[in-house]
Amino acid sequence: MLTYVLRTLLKMAVTLFIIITLVFFATRLSGNPIDFVIGEGITQEDRQLLIAYYGLDGSVATQYWKFIASIFTGEFGLSFLERRPVAEIAAERIWPSLKLLFSTAIFTFALSIPLGIAAAVYRTRFVGSAIMVIAFMGYAVPPFVIATLLVLIFAYTLNWLPVVGDGTALHFIMPTLAMSGMFVAALTRFTRNAMLDVLGQDYMRTARAKGLPERTVILKHGLRNASITILSVVGLQIAGWIAAGSVVIESIFSWPGIGDLLVRSAIMRDYPVLQFGVLMVAVAVICINAAVDIAYAYADPRIRLAKG
Amino acid sequence: MTDPVVEVQDLRIAFGSHEAVKGLSFAIRPQETLALVGESGSGKSATALSILRLIEREGGRIAGGNIRLRDGDEVIDLTALPDAALSNVRGNRISMVFQEPMTSLNPVLTVGNQLAEVFIRHRKMSMREALSASVEALDQVRIPEPARRLKQYPHELSGGLRQRVMIAMALACRPQLLIADEPTTALDVTTQAEILDLIRSLQAEIGMGVLFITHDMGVVAEIADRVVVLKNGIKQEEATVRELFEAPKAAYSRQLMAATPKLGDGSKAGAAASDIVLQVDRLSTRFSSKSGLFSRKSDKVTAVNQVSLQVARGETLGLVGESGCGKSTLARSILRLIEPEEGTVLLNGKPMTGVSKDVLRETRKDAQIVFQDPFASLNPRLAVHELITEPARIHGLVSSKNQKDLAAQLVERVGLERDGIFRFPHQFSGGQRQRLCIARALSVSPKLIIADEAVSALDVSIARQVTDLMLDLQAREGVSFLFISHDIAVVERVSHRIAVMYRGEIVETGPTTKLLSAPEHAYTQRLLAAVPSATPASLRALQ
Repeated sequence: MLTYVLRTLLKMAVTLFIIITLVFFATRLSGNPIDFVIGEGITQEDRQLLIAYYGLDGSVATQYWKFIASIFTGEFGLSFLERRPVAEIAAERIWPSLKLLFSTAIFTFALSIPLGIAAAVYRTRFVGSAIMVIAFMGYAVPPFVIATLLVLIFAYTLNWLPVVGDGTALHFIMPTLAMSGMFVAALTRFTRNAMLDVLGQDYMRTARAKGLPERTVILKHGLRNASITILSVVGLQIAGWIAAGSVVIESIFSWPGIGDLLVRSAIMRDYPVLQFGVLMVAVAVICINAAVDIAYAYADPRIRLAKG
Repeated sequence: MTDPVVEVQDLRIAFGSHEAVKGLSFAIRPQETLALVGESGSGKSATALSILRLIEREGGRIAGGNIRLRDGDEVIDLTALPDAALSNVRGNRISMVFQEPMTSLNPVLTVGNQLAEVFIRHRKMSMREALSASVEALDQVRIPEPARRLKQYPHELSGGLRQRVMIAMALACRPQLLIADEPTTALDVTTQAEILDLIRSLQAEIGMGVLFITHDMGVVAEIADRVVVLKNGIKQEEATVRELFEAPKAAYSRQLMAATPKLGDGSKAGAAASDIVLQVDRLSTRFSSKSGLFSRKSDKVTAVNQVSLQVARGETLGLVGESGCGKSTLARSILRLIEPEEGTVLLNGKPMTGVSKDVLRETRKDAQIVFQDPFASLNPRLAVHELITEPARIHGLVSSKNQKDLAAQLVERVGLERDGIFRFPHQFSGGQRQRLCIARALSVSPKLIIADEAVSALDVSIARQVTDLMLDLQAREGVSFLFISHDIAVVERVSHRIAVMYRGEIVETGPTTKLLSAPEHAYTQRLLAAVPSATPASLRALQ
């Protein structure tokens, strides 16, 4: 198991390095940022000073080397707009994003796992079909539509819930609902399919033949096996969606998180911030993937033991 | 005479509108083993699942009759029992062992967890008590190092050990009735003998009745006291095992007995022509199993070790051995479907090893392979005429114009109707599909056909027809066969010579009669001793 965890972490580091490199070269494709960022009316001397300050006077290789070195020292430069270290700006933004992420994850799992199991167990009855119809609708409606509808109903018309910021617990309700919509729909479907596969297996018949109550048969023998399939899907898809979803939802609700920061810095062409923000999201996605990989091995002893 | 533990009366089981079991009655007494015999689809398993009332889960229902479970003076009708009461019976008073030890245990739970569950459920034990009871239960089914097994997962155990765990689980609460549904079908003969022995001795210990479901008359002779023969859901005959083997009354029973290959039934005499079709010299195949953090260190597992063998024209060489001994790997290595590591193969005098892909393809035409599973080895989306002429088309032996003629000719040679060539594989039965696989092999007029467990998945009477077809083709067309099987009785019937494989090596080769009557190697002797004799012990004593 330890070897497997180490190998997963090593893979994670390699992926991260590749992403850092890609981000560096991709942001440098559009020419000299100084020309772009700083307006007219700057003296030649000041210009040179700025170029030297941002380390843009060396060759691409030197810049790349400096960039990598700065990552290790925690120096990501200054924001063009706010004139303070990028790391400081991002640090303020991480916690709100994580809070939204956790509330979304908890809500999604708490809702879709039971729904998926119910849809599989009662697949021939009305309940099963009803769950799948609702799940399908959730899948078809994009998060920003859900968000807009929620704002329209609960904030504009009913005036029940606050829209902007993350001040109170009430602030969490709409962003969480809007962000969970698609995950709940997707995860319910995955859970149902995984459970359907498992329900027909021989070991389920064995469990019933042992006289175990149906609850134990489904939850202990069924769900443990289905969770392997569910986890692999979660690992593949959810991490990516969270990255994309947080950008949209955070800007709609002015949530002071990384997603909102990304959108603002992209609009304002605040390169150091944008670059750092993209890295943060990449790190988050990679960490989630690694966590899922390890959870996957934990759930399936065949993998855990084979990979030592 | 003691009262029966279970009485089944006029049982009817339906799947939708189709009635699978039509009015079956039997009774089982304590200490008694009743064998339920019949071919696949005869309703054996449906009957077993009905006794546990698990048939509803498989999409069937009990359409009539009743099943009574008796304990002293108390009698309960299982067909009328509510769910909660049923789960107190299951695994407690009636328990079941299933056919597939590979899939019947939950892969993500430890053996200890799955075993302890039964004690916790029915004996109301704490986890600690249940685990120590589990150690005893594993010890009772003669599993070595029982305490260590509790922490293991099913995939870490061999098939035989898994089946022992299943039996331990079934017998945990000392049930009145044990239902064993083909418990040894998926196992090797040597393991089968051990499991049958185990069930018999535990039965004597616990005193339970056993309902033993099987299609193998050899196993029936080994274990049963009485036999019920079932065909299409109708009881054909009920008799003591001795009566059945001495004088089967029903026509179907006689047919079943005749189709069962018995060791010592005689074999093909004398080898045919002396020219060699297949010459294998010191062939070895190894697999690497990777481990370690950076996958650098790799251990090699030798699957086939320095194997040499010959097959002459018109000859059948039988290859026997237990599963995992390397039989199938050898077959695939000969055709280079798996790359062998060293050694040479000459097919019809032409080298198969050390030649380029193009040369190999040309040479390979002379050898075809027929696999075990006739359901999986035919592409379900191709019509028969495309399927069975595919090898010929690949080797450019037939134009698309003549393809249908060739197909019609081929299906006739394997004893199927000409107009079958426009149908699809799912419209054929298992035996017919295996004939199609043979027809496909014949399409390139091969010199050698490798039959890898080709009849193992078929019912005895169907298997008999397929082997008869092979013998017939050999007599008419002089095809050579490498016949791989774990069933020695079948191998005896078709083979001129037999090679015995053990742990990747050929330990003994010889003419069939000589090898079976006077085996030299210790493993061969062990293998032969484990084969069920197809004669009940009571009869054997008389002879």
